[in-house]
Amino acid sequence: MGKMMSSLFRHPSGRIGLVIIGLYLLAAILGTLGLTPHDPLKLFAIDRLKAPSQTYWFGTDLLGRDAFSRLMVGIRQSMLIAFASVAIATIAGTIIGLLSAWWGGIWDGIFMRVMDVLLAFPAILLALLIIAIVGPGTMTSVAAIAIVYTPIFARVVRGPALSLKQRDFVDAARTFGSSQGYVLTRHLLLNLVAPLVVQVTLALAWALLTEAGLSFLGLGTQPPTPSLGLMLAESRNLMTHAPWLMIFPAVTIMLGILGFNLTGDALRDILDPRTQRREA
Amino acid sequence: MTGLLSVRDLRVGFGQNPKANEVVKGVSFDLGPGETLGIVGESGSGKSVSALSINRLVDFGGGRITHGSIQLTRSDGTVLDVAKADEKTLLGIRGRDVGMIFQEPMTSLNPVHTVGAQIEEAFRLSKGLTGAQAHKATLDVLGRVRIPDAQSRLGYYPHQLSGGMRQRIMIAMALAASPRVLIADEPTTALDVTVQAQIMALLAELREETGMAMIFITHDIGLVAGIADRIMVMQNGVAVEQGETDGVLDNPQHDYTRHLLRAVPHFTSGKAVRDDGRRAEQQEPIVKVDNLVVRFPVGKAWFKPKGAIHAVDGVSFDLVPGETLAIVGESGCGKSTTARALLGLNSKTRGEIVTEAGRSVRPVQMVFQDPFASLNPRLNVEALLAEPAIANGQRRDDALRERMTFLLDRVGLPQDALTRYPHQFSGGQRQRLCIARALMLNPDVVVLDEAVSALDVSVQAKVLELLVDLQQEFGLAYLFISHDMAVVERIAHRIAVMFAGQIVELGEARAVLSDPQHSYTKRLIAAVPAIERRKQRFAVDMTQVPSLVRPPGFEPSPAQWREAGDDHRVRVEDTP
Repeated sequence: MGKMMSSLFRHPSGRIGLVIIGLYLLAAILGTLGLTPHDPLKLFAIDRLKAPSQTYWFGTDLLGRDAFSRLMVGIRQSMLIAFASVAIATIAGTIIGLLSAWWGGIWDGIFMRVMDVLLAFPAILLALLIIAIVGPGTMTSVAAIAIVYTPIFARVVRGPALSLKQRDFVDAARTFGSSQGYVLTRHLLLNLVAPLVVQVTLALAWALLTEAGLSFLGLGTQPPTPSLGLMLAESRNLMTHAPWLMIFPAVTIMLGILGFNLTGDALRDILDPRTQRREA
Repeated sequence: MTGLLSVRDLRVGFGQNPKANEVVKGVSFDLGPGETLGIVGESGSGKSVSALSINRLVDFGGGRITHGSIQLTRSDGTVLDVAKADEKTLLGIRGRDVGMIFQEPMTSLNPVHTVGAQIEEAFRLSKGLTGAQAHKATLDVLGRVRIPDAQSRLGYYPHQLSGGMRQRIMIAMALAASPRVLIADEPTTALDVTVQAQIMALLAELREETGMAMIFITHDIGLVAGIADRIMVMQNGVAVEQGETDGVLDNPQHDYTRHLLRAVPHFTSGKAVRDDGRRAEQQEPIVKVDNLVVRFPVGKAWFKPKGAIHAVDGVSFDLVPGETLAIVGESGCGKSTTARALLGLNSKTRGEIVTEAGRSVRPVQMVFQDPFASLNPRLNVEALLAEPAIANGQRRDDALRERMTFLLDRVGLPQDALTRYPHQFSGGQRQRLCIARALMLNPDVVVLDEAVSALDVSVQAKVLELLVDLQQEFGLAYLFISHDMAVVERIAHRIAVMFAGQIVELGEARAVLSDPQHSYTKRLIAAVPAIERRKQRFAVDMTQVPSLVRPPGFEPSPAQWREAGDDHRVRVEDTP
């Protein structure tokens, strides 16, 4: 793991990605601890729609709230939802993918058809459907995004797992009677770590975007809790009067996605055996 | 100078800095018209790279010729230095002056075109023939490579043909341009012995007919013995010895050539079988297989009865402690399926496999063919060796550690191997690791499924030695699956010959090898290349293996056996 981080840091786009993710995590932690320049919820009634200044670094919104502080808490909100949903999707998708590859036959058919149905919907549409049924909120967003990305993980795991299942070392394990759990974890899952790590990083980027989209539509995080998508939505009518209200959250979302994507690309390069230098 | 091809001090390097990373380090040789040069060496010796430099295909693999010259006399009499020629000139050389056939006939044919179209393309590109002319030329060349019923084969796709047929198609494509030099890069390595013999006989005949020169690359010195006029032995990028075939084989000068000749198991028709471990009169078998049948259903139709591949059909044998039973036969004859059924990796359709309760809960263990695929690359040696023990309820304690280091030492691996990963070992070392792992549970029987086939000859000899030592030390019984008769001769006490899913001959090794009774065994043994038999010539034999796909409900007639001697049984053949 330490070796992976250091080679990630040596990769040019990996380094940029890591720095961006690091900054976001820092902002998220500070936001959680309440170490923001101002209270993100406090209304400074006389300072409405102020342009960025020394007091309000990113300006204030229509109600006079500090945009920078809100952004920090918003990043925390987005990261929390992205990490939680991707974690759930990774675990669920990996289990489904592994088991359908291992059991094969009818189970493979059932699992993968369900996944196909989920995959057939555009991500936002499926999330909308789930939220329409359950009602909006942070937890619903996490659940919705997790369900949307589970099939992708199931697919990513199932393919290589099918080919690993045919490998001689799995046959060898069967000849000395290793338990199913041992074969699944040590022989299959351990060899799937590389593709999974890449997929997790890329999924984090998509989750960030999906979360922003849901909040923008008013279906994710509910006001007054700040979130990136919500801030964008509030700024929409004030675009000409207070462009900073739109620019900063938009750039924040964009940079965040860029950071995860760059890291994911770098990981793919590093973990791909074809580009990997043999360490003898 | 009268030679066709003259290579002087050829050096080829790879990578960013080809001069520092040389694979071929100063090779020189000459080739006259109609002459055959055999280049022999183990993997990584630079034999293929040397040959690929002659038509500069080496450039496409990332190689650079850093030094030396390759003087090729072209058909119009001009001499060209291939080493310095530009890509445009080279296009005229490849195919027309220098033809090539590759190792793997499946991957070197395009799967989406019919073989006829591919041969016609060769004629169009080299001789400008089109339409009916090309068609006629194609039929003609298919006849020359002895493909029966050529007219209908033209419409076949590569996957519809057997490996031997495909290699003939490759040869036909190379012949299409009437090359003056034909480079054959391990053309028979992927093929079965009897098919190999067919291809070798064909190449020899074609050489007589066309008078082309040949460069024959192989790791099997016994194979070139029969076809080469001269032999060049390569090691680590250097030609350590070259000379007339008879001289090199009978009176080798260089140590490495001698080593290679000693390491290669020479097939001697039963003269070199083991003398130890004769079967005692009334010994109780540890494994008894009775009338084993394994079938795989084929066909996807829902309501129709399915046919089946009769992979193993009524196989019976037994194995006593301390004995090696070799199962020989060609790919697809059911020998691996039999082995896998013994371990429960395939389910059996019928029959009985009785294993005596032996020293451990799992008395039968297995070593696989490919040492690269049978070890999980993500686990270190300690985890790999511990797996069988842990799977059977042992704990990871000092006793287990002791057993691991003992076995590592016994198979000739260093103690510090425990913390290393499989990719840090060579093929031979990995196979030793697999053997150690198979012995972890102290089994009575070890199934060796082509366990030494993927190894280089000198490594192969050492691993065979190790296997014999281990057998004597631990009293192991081996079920040794192999297609290589020379290897089998070294290790087997008894031999079972399998053909089309059935055992056709079973008996004491010396009797089976020196006095084969069944027509298939005879064919198999005649096809083994051997240095002693290099002067013999074989006719091109076109016998094909029958299809094993049977209609639903098909049952083979019960086997009739006759005794051909003490412990030597032969299946009675149906007279057609």
